[in-house]
Order: sequence, then structure tokens, then C-alpha cells
Amino acid sequence: MSKEHDKGMSVIVKTITRLTVGLIMLYGIYILSHGHVSPGGGFAGGVIIALSFVHLMLAYGKEAALKKFPKSATSFFESTGAIMFLSIALLGFTGGYFFLNFISKGEPFKLFSAGIIPLCNIAISLKVGAGLFAIFIALVLLRFESENKE
Amino acid sequence: MKTISNIIPLFVIIPLASAFLIPLIGKKKKWICDLVGALTTFALAYLSVYAVHLTRMYPNLVYSVGAWKPPFGIAMVLDGLTVFMLVTVNIVAFTIALYSINYMEKFTSKWKFYTLFLLMLGGMNGVIVTGDIFNLFVFLEIASVASYALVAFGTEKHELEAAFKYAVMSTVGSLFILLGIVFLYSYTSTLNMADIANTLAGAGNPNIVVMISVLFIMGFGLKAALVPFHAWLPDAHPSAPAPISAMLSGVLIKSLGVYALCRIFYNVIGINPALSSILMFLGALSMVVGVFLAIGQWDFKRLLAYHSISQIGYVILGIGLGTPLGIAGGLLHLLNHSVFKSLLFLNSGAVEYSTGTRDLQKMGGLASKMPVTGTTSLIASMSIAGIPPFNGFWSKLIIIVAAVEAGRHGYAFWAVLASIITLASFTKVLKYGFFGTLKKKYEQIKEVPIFMKLSMIILAAICLVGGLLLLPEVNEVFLGKASNAISEGVNYGIMVLKDIK
Amino acid sequence: MIIYLLCLVLFCEGIYCILRKRNIIKIIIGIIIAEYAVNLFFILVAYRKGGRAPIFSPDAQITNMVDALPQALVLTSIVIGLATTALLIAIAMRIYEKYGTFDITKIKELKG
Repeated sequence: MSKEHDKGMSVIVKTITRLTVGLIMLYGIYILSHGHVSPGGGFAGGVIIALSFVHLMLAYGKEAALKKFPKSATSFFESTGAIMFLSIALLGFTGGYFFLNFISKGEPFKLFSAGIIPLCNIAISLKVGAGLFAIFIALVLLRFESENKE
Repeated sequence: MKTISNIIPLFVIIPLASAFLIPLIGKKKKWICDLVGALTTFALAYLSVYAVHLTRMYPNLVYSVGAWKPPFGIAMVLDGLTVFMLVTVNIVAFTIALYSINYMEKFTSKWKFYTLFLLMLGGMNGVIVTGDIFNLFVFLEIASVASYALVAFGTEKHELEAAFKYAVMSTVGSLFILLGIVFLYSYTSTLNMADIANTLAGAGNPNIVVMISVLFIMGFGLKAALVPFHAWLPDAHPSAPAPISAMLSGVLIKSLGVYALCRIFYNVIGINPALSSILMFLGALSMVVGVFLAIGQWDFKRLLAYHSISQIGYVILGIGLGTPLGIAGGLLHLLNHSVFKSLLFLNSGAVEYSTGTRDLQKMGGLASKMPVTGTTSLIASMSIAGIPPFNGFWSKLIIIVAAVEAGRHGYAFWAVLASIITLASFTKVLKYGFFGTLKKKYEQIKEVPIFMKLSMIILAAICLVGGLLLLPEVNEVFLGKASNAISEGVNYGIMVLKDIK
Repeated sequence: MIIYLLCLVLFCEGIYCILRKRNIIKIIIGIIIAEYAVNLFFILVAYRKGGRAPIFSPDAQITNMVDALPQALVLTSIVIGLATTALLIAIAMRIYEKYGTFDITKIKELKG
């Protein structure tokens, strides 16, 4: 019974997943990169990107998803996102203040505008996405550990 | 003045940067995490002592994050009370980081411990330094969530149960705080604490401020473990590993609970006699209930946890009195309690490291085999019981004298009674735990390793010289400035915003 | 006015779940409901009469907008709630592993 669960869900779900996972991730990147002109931003974009990996894990079983994004990579991306955010904030010291918006602001409503905000969005999405996926992996792996013990 | 105030965000940046670096570099070798932890806390302790020196020249330093001037942006304020709390938190955190180099060898993943510990420290520093009320809530949550994970660190049965109880109750407290912030924002439509103080001062005392005060007393009282919000503390503090118990009991309930209460009720909302008597009543209730529940305990750490409730009652009683002498006594007792309660928890951790038990009835005569632990435990017990010339005596004396001066003889009586029962309770600890006859199965125990000894000796030395903080020259630079920052009340709003144009 | 009272009713329902339910998972759901109620209340406080969503677009006329600051604050609060919930669920799963039950009346090792 658990062997079938390991292999994932039915054929219909697997086919649709193969078609839509890329679109979900693309949608997440769109929300993330347009965070300064429309609602969304780092947190929402990161959650949607993490959801694409969770979708993969739900449809195909945990081995397939862990092959694409192993546990060590999750931990690495999480710390990298946090350190990137902190170093962008520290670079504001060059302008004199912590967290200063020191890149040129450009014109409003364009994609390359608003100073450090798009970079901060990318850093936040890395951390949030990797963090959510790590939480999901930890809870799923914990359950399998306790099942294997019995 | 602008360049020197760049020091203020460092109190938040340094622990957060180290906490994010440790998962990247500290997983392979253990000594890297120890080194990073010790260096970070040493740098923070040094910076906080330097900040004391800074406030002698500039009374109120305001730092606007991102060059957005308050009230639009987040401001970080460094005044007398801030510096007092920073010194308390960071020096105790440094000794605890030293202690955990040796103690945490028994647990499996040291890098997880150091990450969470530094995150908690960064959150506490952020609560103390910030001048914006929602920023205070965010840092309070960072420190709280890190502490839930740290209480459950060993993942034994009773640790998980205690962590769950603590997490649920503390989350409810945070919800009340957030509700209070929502009401405050809807009334004043600004988030900067100085600006709120100015707005509330000009508006009289409408009913919504009463509701906000009640919500904040419930929320921050739960974080500070006042009776009747204390039910999580006797389970959470004994179950955590010993350095985390020392951190929780020594600095977390003070930084998140007592400091935030002082800041909001004195500087932002403004104290009035009703609020003052509520605080004094809750403080006296905590004092008495804590000490009566503590006396029957046989578990060493559970006894210490109940005594924490009692001593925080002393601090709230002193601060709630409202007179300058009372506030000074309360703040001095806050510093003293951080030092000697951390030392007592570290002692209990050392005893558990050597003998493997926390039950007082099973121990006995340990002072002959563990001289450093026995001596420091004697010093800390005499401090908490209020025996001269240790530091606990001075602060309790000032609180009792201030209560008598303000005409509250009933509270002074309860304070003296609680002090006597504390003395009885710690005599029991010393008799059963350290002096007396050594049981046969503990013949082979040795003294604890070097870093644990070093941290306990540092804290004991601070216990010995703590009374010197009352000398006139030292008082006006350190303790006097802190109590002035509280007593000036809602003038905080005018003083912080006056240089911003 | 009635909508604020409904938010209060939702908050009280969350608190009731925390107080009276015996299953750990139901207590966690109670916390989630109460947190949701506070966030909703925060957003509703920020409503201005006749306001529209606080989003600029290139051809916008600057008319009445609702208050934008609580929307950013609620985003932060939702993230904090997520972190707390994740930690509580992890602790609850480990409690099930050690105690064998989710019933809080049977998880009573710490006393006194």
C-alpha cells in the first residue's frame, strides 16, 4: 500500500503536472519580478515558486522531487537568500544609512526602477521559497521515519 | 553626530548576520560555530559598553533607517533606558555563549543551537533598540519563535510538552499585543512611538486608551510572566537546556516583557494612578504567589523558575511605584536578577552535567567535589536572598524603602515577607544540594570544564560588585540616566523628535 | 460597525477553540483562526469611505485611496503566523511520535 503511495498519483495527475509545473514557476517569477509595479512581491512570489516543487512532490512522490531539489540545496538557498538581503541592506551604508535605496530609481512603472526593491524581492523569494519547501520536506520525511520505525 | 549613530543598527545586524552565516559554514566542524558565537557575543558586549560611553556625550541618539525621517520611517533610539537594557542583555548573553561551548557537547547539532540562539539575541536587541511600535512587535515575534524552538531542543518527552504549552500561550499573548497595536494605530494613525506619545498627550484620556492599556497589560504581562499569566513558565524554563533556561529566565522575560511594559506605559501612553496601582498589585501578587509555590519544589530548576516569577514581581512593584527611587530600585533589581538568576541556572546545568540529575533530594555535599560551582552557587543564593553586601540586597532595600516612602506600607510588608521566604527556600537548596554528606554514587564526579567555570566566575564577580552601581558618579551615568528616561514620561516624544526637521 | 463585531466574534471563536478543544491539531487550528481574525480586523480598520485599492497605474487620477500602510503590516503578520504555525505543527508531530496520542488530557507529564 505504501509502495503505491511512493510512486505518486494516477496517470492523469502526472500528465497535467508535467504540463503545468513550468507555468506555475513562471507565474511565480512574474509576480516576484513585478513586485514594485503591481501587488505581490518577494513573499508571494517565493510561496508560488515553492508550491511548484510541492506540486511535483505530491504528484510524483518524494524521490522525484528530492532529485530535482535536494535537501542540501534547500539549506544553501535559504542561507544565501538571507545573506543577500542583509548585504543589500548593508550596502546602503555606502550612501550613509542602513537600508538606504542607493541604486538610481529610474522612472516609475518601468521594470528596472525603484532602486534596491527588485533585488530585495529576489532575495526574499529565495529565502521564503527554500524555507517553505524545507518545512514541507521536514514534515514529510518525519512521517516516513516514524512509519519505518514500526 | 550622524556618523557615530551608525553604531545603533549594528546591535541588530551583527547577531542576524552571524545567525545566517552559521548554516553555511558551520555544519562540518564544530569549533567554527563556537568561535562565531563567542566572537559575536563578545563584540556585542563591547559595543554595548561603548554605547554607555556614548550617551554621556549625546543624550538621545536617533537613527533613521534608510534615511526616511520619522514619523514616516522606522527610527532607532538610543537613550538611557535602552543602553541599560543593552548592557544587561549582551553581557549575560556573552557569558552564556561561553558556557554553551562545553555544555552543548551533549546534544547532536550544535550549529542549529547557535543559529537559533543568535536569532533570539538579535530579536531581543531589536526590541530594545527600536523606536517604532510595529517593529517592536516583529522583533518580539522573532525572539519568541526562536525561543519556542530552543525550549524543544532536546526533543525529549517533557521538553516537547513544555514547548507546546509555552508556544500556544505565548502566541495568544502576541495576538493580544497585535490587537492593541491595531487599536492604537486606528486611533493615532502613526506607528512611531514618539509621535504616538505626542498625539496621545494632546487628546485627553478617551476610553479606547483604557482598552489599549488592558490589552497591552495582558499581552506583555504574559511575556513577562506576571501572575495570573505565569502558567507557562514553570514548565518551559526547567525543560530547556541549561544555557537556554538561563537566557529565557535571565534576559528574555525582561527584554520582551518588562522593558516593553515600561516603554509603552511610561513613555507612550503615559502613566496615571489607576495604571500604577494595577502594576503594583500585579507585581505584589507575583511576588507572593511565586515564592509560596517555590518553597515546596524539589526539582532544582523548577524551584528557580518559580523564583523568577517572584523576582519579576519585585521589579514590576518597583517600577509601578512611579517615584524616581522606586524606578531606580526596580531597574537595578532587573539587572541584578539577570545576573544572579542566570548564574543559578548555569549552576544547575553544571550540576546536571556532572551528576545527571536535577532532584535535590538525590544530591548532597557536591561542594566538596565541585568547588567552583559550589562557591558561585553560594554567592548567587546570598544575592537572591538579599544578604549584604551582594547586589540583591541593595536593590531590594531600595524597593522596600521606596514603597514605605510612597506610603504603601502593605506592599512593603509583602516585599519583606517574600524576601524572608526566598532566604528560607535557598537555604534549603544549599543544604540539600551543595553542603551535607556526599552520596556514594557521586564519589567520582569532577568539576565542570573550563569554559563553564569561566562564565560562572564572570557572573559571580558581577554579583559581588553590583552594589557599586549605586555610587554617585556611576549612578548618574548608568542607572540614573535609565530611571530618568522612564520618569520623564511622555516628554520622550518631544525629546526624540526635536532634532528631526 | 457590525463588521468589526463580526471580526471580534471570529477572534472569540478562535480563543474558544484554544481553550476548550482536546485535540492538539484543533488547538493549532484555533490559533490560525484567531490570527486570521486579527489580520482581517487590521485591514478593515484601514478602510476609507469611497476609497479604491492603493495601486498606482500610469493613467491614474489620484483620488480617494484606502490606507496602504496596514496592508504592508498585515503581510508581515501573515508571514509571522506562518512561521509560528509551522513550528507548532512540527512540535505536535513529534509529540505524537513520543506520546502516541494527540489528546492533551493524556499528555500531562509535567506537574506541580
